[in-house]
Amino acid sequence: MAKIELNNVTKSYGAVDVIKGIDLTIEKGEFMVFVGPSGCGKSTLLRLISGLEEITTGDMMFDGQRVNNVVPSERGIAMVFQSYALYPHMKVYDNMAFGMKLAKSDKGEIDRRVRNAAKMLQIDHLLDRLPRQLSGGQRQRVAIGRAIVRDPRVFLFDEPLSNLDAALRVQTRLEIAKLHHDMNDVTMIYVTHDQVEAMTLADRIAVLRDGKLMQVGTPAELYDNPNSIFVAGFIGSPKMNFITGEKAQAEGATTLGIRAEHIDLDEGGPWQGEVVHAEDLGSDHYLFVDIGTDEPVIVRRSGKLNVPLGTRVGLRPRPQDLHRFGPDEKPIRR
Amino acid sequence: MPDINPNTAPALATPAEPHKGSPSLQRQRQRAAFWFLAPMLIALFCVAAWPLMRTIYFSLTDATLSNLYDAKFIGFQNYLQVRELSSGRTIYRGTLVDPDWWNAVWNTVRFSVVSVAFETVFGLIVALVLNAEFKGRGFVRAAILIPWAIPTIVSAKMWGWMLNDQFGILNDILLNLGLISQRIAWTASTETAMKAVLIVDIWKTTPFMALLILAGLQMVPRDMYEAAKIDGIHPVKVFFKVTLPLIRPALMVAVIFRMLDALRIFDLVYVLTPNSSATKTMSVISRENMIDFDKFAYGAAQSTLLFGIIAVFVAAYIWIGKVDLSGEKSR
Repeated sequence: MAKIELNNVTKSYGAVDVIKGIDLTIEKGEFMVFVGPSGCGKSTLLRLISGLEEITTGDMMFDGQRVNNVVPSERGIAMVFQSYALYPHMKVYDNMAFGMKLAKSDKGEIDRRVRNAAKMLQIDHLLDRLPRQLSGGQRQRVAIGRAIVRDPRVFLFDEPLSNLDAALRVQTRLEIAKLHHDMNDVTMIYVTHDQVEAMTLADRIAVLRDGKLMQVGTPAELYDNPNSIFVAGFIGSPKMNFITGEKAQAEGATTLGIRAEHIDLDEGGPWQGEVVHAEDLGSDHYLFVDIGTDEPVIVRRSGKLNVPLGTRVGLRPRPQDLHRFGPDEKPIRR
Repeated sequence: MPDINPNTAPALATPAEPHKGSPSLQRQRQRAAFWFLAPMLIALFCVAAWPLMRTIYFSLTDATLSNLYDAKFIGFQNYLQVRELSSGRTIYRGTLVDPDWWNAVWNTVRFSVVSVAFETVFGLIVALVLNAEFKGRGFVRAAILIPWAIPTIVSAKMWGWMLNDQFGILNDILLNLGLISQRIAWTASTETAMKAVLIVDIWKTTPFMALLILAGLQMVPRDMYEAAKIDGIHPVKVFFKVTLPLIRPALMVAVIFRMLDALRIFDLVYVLTPNSSATKTMSVISRENMIDFDKFAYGAAQSTLLFGIIAVFVAAYIWIGKVDLSGEKSR
C-alpha cells in the first residue's frame, strides 16, 4: 500500500560505510527482493527501511512523506525476522495479539484479526501452543501471522527461510508467493542471499554488492540482460560459464558469458574438449567439459545422463545467447 | 530396531552386543561416567556429607568440647526435653523452646528476606544499566565487582569504622546535611544494628546479583527487542512483559544462591555487631553454644536445625517458582 523512495541513502558505522548511496523506488504492491552475497548490505538496507537503524545521509519517503525520523511502529511496517523472534513465554495467540493488545485495541477486533491471519496460514489449530512446541515451519508461519495481524503498509522479510530445511523452504516459498497474491496491495520487501528465492518470488530484484546497487529489474531482465559480470554470475543456477582469453577475443570480448542451457553438443562446434565430470539430476544432467579454460564449461542437457566420462565432445554456444563483456566487466552492446 | 531398555537389556539375548562378553556401548559409557564422577563424589562425601552426618550425630549426644569422643547418646534431648517434676509441673527444655534460638531464627529470616529482596531489585537495575551499550562499559563492569571482591572481614571492619558513632564518616555526613541531630551508634544500638548489617550486606552483594542477572539478560535475543520496537511497545512494558519473563529462570537461580548464602550469614554479623541480640543469627548462636559456652551437642542441634530450615526454604522456593534447574524446558 506504500510507495517507497530512497534518495541517495547512505549508512555508516563510524568510519565504515555499509550503504554507499542508494537510489531506489519500490512501487505500491510490489514484491521487491534484495539479493547479494554476505556482507553486501542487503539486511542493513532492510533495517534502514524498517527504521530499526537510522540512515546517515539521504532521504527515505513512504508515499511521498519523509520518514527519516519516524519510529518503526509509526511507519506502518511489519517485519519477519530470520530467527522468527517469537516471544518464547507467550502462546501463539498472544504472540500474534501482543502488539494490538498493548495498543489497547478493541478485543473483538484483535480476536477477529488473529483468527483471520491464523486461518490464512493454516495455523488456527496451534493458537494455544507455545513456540517451543512448534516445528521450524510452524514457527515461521506464526512469525508471518504476527506480521499480518499488524495490517501493515509494507511487509519486510529478513531471510525468512534460511533456518528451514530444503523441502520446507520450497513449500514456504510457495506460501509467501500466495500471500503476496492474496494481499496484492501490500508492498513486500524480501532479503535473501539465495538467488533461486529471488527469481521465484520477486516482481523485481535489486542486486547489491559492497553497499551499492548493481542492477534492478525483473527476474527475466536480470537473467537475460545482466549489466555486469557480477550480476550475470550471481543470477542463475548453475552459474553462467565465463570464458576469457583467445576464445573470448575471437568473439570480440574480454570475457564471454554463456549459460549452461545455451550450449549444444555438436561435433563440429568451435569448442572441443573432454567430459571430466557429470551430474545427473534425473530430469536433466550437467556435463563439465574441459575445453582448455581455467574452469570446465558446464553444459545442461535434458533427460538422463548418456555421455560417459572421458568422451571427447564438440560444443557450440548459441550465438544469440552469448554475453560479451568488455574490460570494464560491462556488457558490449551490439 | 526396538528400543532396548538399559535395565532389562542384559537379561535379554542382546543383539546389540557384537562380541559375547564385551559390555555394550551404553554400559561402557556409564562406567566411564562413573569414573569421571568418582573424584568429585569422594571429595563431596569428605567435605560435605561426612561433616553433616557427624553434626547430626553429635546433636543426639551430650558431647562437650572437652569430651567429644566419649559422648553418650541421649536421643532428641538437645532439641526438646520434657521433664515432669515431683510437684506435678512439666518443664520443657532444649533448642526448640529456647527463646534465644527463636530470636536468632527470626533475625536470620528477616535479614535474608530483606537483604535478598533489595539485592535483587538493585542488582536488576545495575544489570539493566550494564546491559546497555555505552563507552567504558567494560571498565564499569569490572569496577562494580569490587565490593564483592573485598573479603567480608575487611569490608565489615571498613564499614565498622565508617559507621562508628564517634568518628565515623556516615554520622558526620548526616549531621552536616542536617538529617540527624545527634550521632547514632549504628552498630551498637539495638534499633540500628540490623540496619547496619543490611546496608553492608546489600552494598557487598548487589554486584554479585547484578552479574548473575546480567548473564541472563545477555541470553535474551536482540530480535525480541526489535520485534517489540516494530510493534511500538513502550520500553517499560517490554521490560515487564518480555524481558522479565525471559530472565525469570536466571533470576530464580540467583535468588536461590543468595538465599542459601544469606540464611547462613556469619562473618559479617560476627565482625560488625558482635554479641548484639538484635542481629545474632542462627550460625552465630550455634557457634556461640558450641565454642563459647561449651555446649557442643546443643550447638550441633542448632546447626542441624539450620540445615533443615535452609533445605525447607529452598525446596519451597523451587516448588513455588517451578524453577527449571536442569534447563530442559528453556531453549
